[in-house]
Amino acid sequence: MSDSDLEAFRAETRAWLEANCPPEMREPVRDEDDIYWGGRKATFKNDAQKAWFEVCRDKGYTVPAWPKEYGGAGLSPAEAKVLRQEMAAIGARPPLSSFGIWMLGPALLHFGTEGQKQRFLNEIARGEIRWCQGYSEPGSGSDLVSLQTFGEDKGDHWVVNGQKIWTSYADKADWIFCLVRTDKDNKYQGITFMLYDMASEGVSTKPILLISGSSPFCETFFDDVKVPKSYGEDIPAQVGEVNRGWDVAKYLLGHEREMISGADGGNTGTIGAALTRANGEIDPVLRAELAQFDVDALAYGAMGEKFLDEIKVGKAHPAQPNMMKYAGTELNKRRHELIMAAGGSHALEWESEETSGGKPSRNWLRTKANSIEGGTSEVMLNVISKRILDLPGA
Amino acid sequence: MPLYYDDDQTMLADTASAFMAEEGSIKNQLRHWRDRNCKDGFGHALWKQFAEMGFTGMLVDEDDGGLGMGQVEANIVLEEIGRNLTPSPFLSSSVLAATALKHGSNDVKGRWLPDLLSGDKVYGVAIDEGRKHRPERIACKAEKSGNGFKLSGKKDFVVYGASSEMIVVAARTSGSDDDADGVTLFAVPQDASGMSHDSVRLVDSSMASHITFDGVELDGDAVIGEVDGGRDVLNAMLVAGRVGSAAEGVGVARGAMDMTVDYIKQRKQFGKIIGEFQALQHRASHLYSEVEIARAVTVKAAQLVDGGSEKADLMASVAKAKVAKVAGLAVREGVQMHGGIGMTDEYDIGLYMKRDRALQEFLGDQYYHAGRVAEMSGY
Ligand SMILES: Cc1cc2nc3c(=O)[nH]c(=O)nc-3n(C[C@H](O)[C@H](O)[C@H](O)COP(=O)(O)OP(=O)(O)OC[C@H]3O[C@@H](n4cnc5c(N)ncnc54)[C@H](O)[C@@H]3O)c2cc1C
Ligand SMILES: Cc1cc2nc3c(=O)[nH]c(=O)nc-3n(C[C@H](O)[C@H](O)[C@H](O)COP(=O)(O)OP(=O)(O)OC[C@H]3O[C@@H](n4cnc5c(N)ncnc54)[C@H](O)[C@@H]3O)c2cc1C
Repeated sequence: MSDSDLEAFRAETRAWLEANCPPEMREPVRDEDDIYWGGRKATFKNDAQKAWFEVCRDKGYTVPAWPKEYGGAGLSPAEAKVLRQEMAAIGARPPLSSFGIWMLGPALLHFGTEGQKQRFLNEIARGEIRWCQGYSEPGSGSDLVSLQTFGEDKGDHWVVNGQKIWTSYADKADWIFCLVRTDKDNKYQGITFMLYDMASEGVSTKPILLISGSSPFCETFFDDVKVPKSYGEDIPAQVGEVNRGWDVAKYLLGHEREMISGADGGNTGTIGAALTRANGEIDPVLRAELAQFDVDALAYGAMGEKFLDEIKVGKAHPAQPNMMKYAGTELNKRRHELIMAAGGSHALEWESEETSGGKPSRNWLRTKANSIEGGTSEVMLNVISKRILDLPGA
Repeated sequence: MPLYYDDDQTMLADTASAFMAEEGSIKNQLRHWRDRNCKDGFGHALWKQFAEMGFTGMLVDEDDGGLGMGQVEANIVLEEIGRNLTPSPFLSSSVLAATALKHGSNDVKGRWLPDLLSGDKVYGVAIDEGRKHRPERIACKAEKSGNGFKLSGKKDFVVYGASSEMIVVAARTSGSDDDADGVTLFAVPQDASGMSHDSVRLVDSSMASHITFDGVELDGDAVIGEVDGGRDVLNAMLVAGRVGSAAEGVGVARGAMDMTVDYIKQRKQFGKIIGEFQALQHRASHLYSEVEIARAVTVKAAQLVDGGSEKADLMASVAKAKVAKVAGLAVREGVQMHGGIGMTDEYDIGLYMKRDRALQEFLGDQYYHAGRVAEMSGY
């Protein structure tokens, strides 16, 4: 695409956003219910949220880079970047947030059958089904392949038994993408990547309270859950082959890590100017730390840009998302330490109106999970050692 | 512009990398000249080769006989210089002085550019006046005198000053020491009477001068750019030099890191290859992440310089600050992970530590540049 085509697309996009993005949707996200997750049980917070979601859905802008036949807008990488930039320029909220978009979708695009793509990708793009991720188990966190949840082959269906843990939003999700052991003798090649309905008989969830005071995640129990092997012609319940789900799981983790890394802009903003303005006189040593942080954030921003550019043309090392996740999440934790330090006693408030219900302290606590969820920092460093630096025995 | 090299730049990187690893290697250049106590601190034969490769005129316009390339390309060469610790006047002559000459009159260009391009002569720049980089303050004075100027004052840390046939000097022609305006740049020839060098060897075995100007008489045509209006050119030089020294620092960091990772893949202790110990693996992987980030922001800054972006100044300081931090980490981890052998002169890892130290001070250290980032961001 030529630069002039791209500039025309930019102008068109700007006009479209101007006409279609309600002012309320250009405000920063303040609370959990400012985020629209879709799904069977979803409700809209207000009319603006509904209108913004629907207009984006109809244009394919919930998943702009996906092909049109799967509910996307079929944008080229360059066009998608323009859309991202233009949305960022007006502070537009994402119309739809979902594990389907960030995680399952990319895996289906890569490994799914045509039938699976037609059905599930369209459902995801249209925000009809909310997904959750069933990977971790009480005994299998970093060492994920040691998982024990077992699916017994019963001919036309499996019977799944076991327990998952840390399943984010399991209690709000409609369906689960779940790692299930289907061969006990083979560690890596005995795992199947299954999709099934959380409303199935035998599935139950129990929320777990986080240190931030909210409880987005759950223990999830499977008690003789019957999972059919097929949901229709060319729509098997598993993604990829039976017993070869580990490849799918790893591919998906790459996307999850990329997303958590905040490389696409989430973790790149500077804070020094805003914090000193908001909090008045600031200790010179803290100011120096803020300056060092801003240097690191701007540098990481450049890395994020380079990473996304390289991913698009296949120049990035396949293990690079691990590095991005490591660096991005450690940076984000530092950001919130500094926000707390600059905020002083006000930042300690747990429920006041002035702090939007204790937002600084709750966010600060929530970010501690960044270097745990989707694989810990230590595990990221292990992967870099092994796959990029090629260190022995790693 | 995507943040990776295009085909031409990739080709240049391959060429520069092979050339520097062969001709500019530590053994052939740094150690060779150091062990002979060479008063220049670099090899003129290699510098001639730089000219033959076209490196000397990368930043000189095509109309003026150069290659008319940009900061991204100059940085590609600088990264390889850093990796091989190649002593050369590339940064001072072909980046800083060349950037100043870009803004000179045709007479100035005609007088100085040919020898710069041919590699027959090298040039230096005199900016700092104390032990830390503070270009906001210029006290060195040039007073009107007849058709020309009379220069008096002192300059510090003039890299390869004694070997430079001409030195670009930032001096004050009006106003007080802390004023932005009133600065003028002069091309001062080596043989100007009243100029004296106190040349010293630095920790990285490069040479630098303390220069004293004692009523040095200069013609009117020694002026580069406008009288009293030199600040913009000085700033352009500083940005190019900072982004360039960031690139060299990335090279130093990568060189030290590669050497260290190689070493821990070979060395055995406790019956194991030490690279198997997670205590070392995690630090090496952390270092790798930081080096990649430092490299990305340096490429970004170079692209902004080439694009004439308003953000170039900010990102130049971000790059310089980030690289200084990361290269410092790389050389410290390098020496530590080498164990006792890292302390020996025979092993190259210590040479990286020395070069990094000198590079950190050049055109502002990480603290100075982090401070600039804060100021430019309004706090
Ligand atoms: C907010 C949040 C949301 C999550 N959402 C989901 C979800 O939706 N679905 C899901 O399946 N999971 C989810 N997780 C789980 C997450 O993926 C796991 O917590 C993570 O993989 C770590 O596993 P673990 O908690 O068992 O820690 P462990 O594996 O027990 O690790 C404990 C500590 O030991 C370290 N460690 C472990 N192995 C090594 C090693 N080899 N070398 C060095 N150090 C090591 C770890 O780095 C960590 O510091 C979520 C977690 C959080 C915090
Ligand atoms: C200035 C100086 C003076 C000295 N004087 C003396 C002296 O008078 N007499 C004398 O006998 N010796 C002396 N030494 C030697 C000194 O004791 C050794 O250098 C030191 O014990 C380290 O051993 P090494 O150099 O073989 O490094 P190595 O053991 O090869 O270590 C290389 C790197 O690997 C790391 N490493 C090694 N094993 C592990 C592990 N299991 N887990 C994690 N990391 C590991 C080390 O920490 C180091 O970073 C001196 C050394 C120096 C530098």
